[in-house]
Amino acid sequence: MDNLHSALIVAVVALVTIGLRFLPFVIFSGSKQTPPYVAYLGRVLPYAIMGMLVVYCLRNVNVSAAPHGLPELLSCLLVAGLHLWKRNTLISIVGGTACYMLLVQFVFV
Amino acid sequence: MQSAFKRTLREAFIATTPVMAGYIVLGMGFGVLLSTKGYGPLWALAMSGFIYAGSMQYLAIDLLTGGASLITSALTTLLVNARHLFYGISMVEGYRGMGKKKPYAIFALTDETYSLVCQDKHPTQEERHQYAFLVSVLNQCWWVGGSLIGSLLGEVIPFDVTGIDFALTALFVTVFIEQWLSTRDHASAIIGVAASVGCLMIFGADSFLIPAMASILLALSILRIVRKEAAHG
Repeated sequence: MDNLHSALIVAVVALVTIGLRFLPFVIFSGSKQTPPYVAYLGRVLPYAIMGMLVVYCLRNVNVSAAPHGLPELLSCLLVAGLHLWKRNTLISIVGGTACYMLLVQFVFV
Repeated sequence: MQSAFKRTLREAFIATTPVMAGYIVLGMGFGVLLSTKGYGPLWALAMSGFIYAGSMQYLAIDLLTGGASLITSALTTLLVNARHLFYGISMVEGYRGMGKKKPYAIFALTDETYSLVCQDKHPTQEERHQYAFLVSVLNQCWWVGGSLIGSLLGEVIPFDVTGIDFALTALFVTVFIEQWLSTRDHASAIIGVAASVGCLMIFGADSFLIPAMASILLALSILRIVRKEAAHG
């Protein structure tokens, strides 16, 4: 009984997630041509989405209590700085992540 | 043909290495947590195989242990994963004509996979489709592998990995900057950040996503109308 309910929960979560991922394609892929409004969104949305995702990743940062989001801020600035300097995604990510790990493990403990 | 496939595979592999770091560690964290609640490797495998959505799977552990109702589970998933609608809308054109690979590529369109494929600059559609498919497969391998390792090993990670999940945040920051540098029109990027920060401050961390998405859609639609009128003006 308990296992069955758990399995059903997993199934529901999976189906809703799959449904959300497929829905736009189901609606808009049928027609030969993508509707102009959707094509417009397809062009401009990626920029807005990345901004939204960065904020989403940092949503639980508490600015009003120590360390006031400093580890996140400093590491994001390092990622940005490295990236503007080298334009190499791996260097930017490895540098920023190493910096963040050092900060949260040793500096702002 | 073979060498073209290998080249794309190598490019996809290199592109997914930051995701590998994040997914394996977060996947392991998920597997460990799940197993401490009494759900073994098969559960980890099923969830990472069929749900394949990071933060939602962490939340699903709460749903499972709390014995949530199916309605609650469905609504929670709807709220947390609604952002995937955006990825679909923006890839309708990109994934057109993808053939047999398309269903899987749509199923596996996570935040991280989207951030890698939405900026893909391969010259031909065939290469872009191949690349998107390979990135999708590799990313899910990292995620499923991580969850399975975590589930099997439990809490025996040999060194302190606290903070390594920042790799995914860093990935989004680099993509954001790449996109910023690729165009002189920053309206959409600014709208995305401003709407998200604004809604985060108003609605709080747990419920800002949907209002943020709605504001972004509204702002971009207004922008389109205004610019059209300006162009015709």
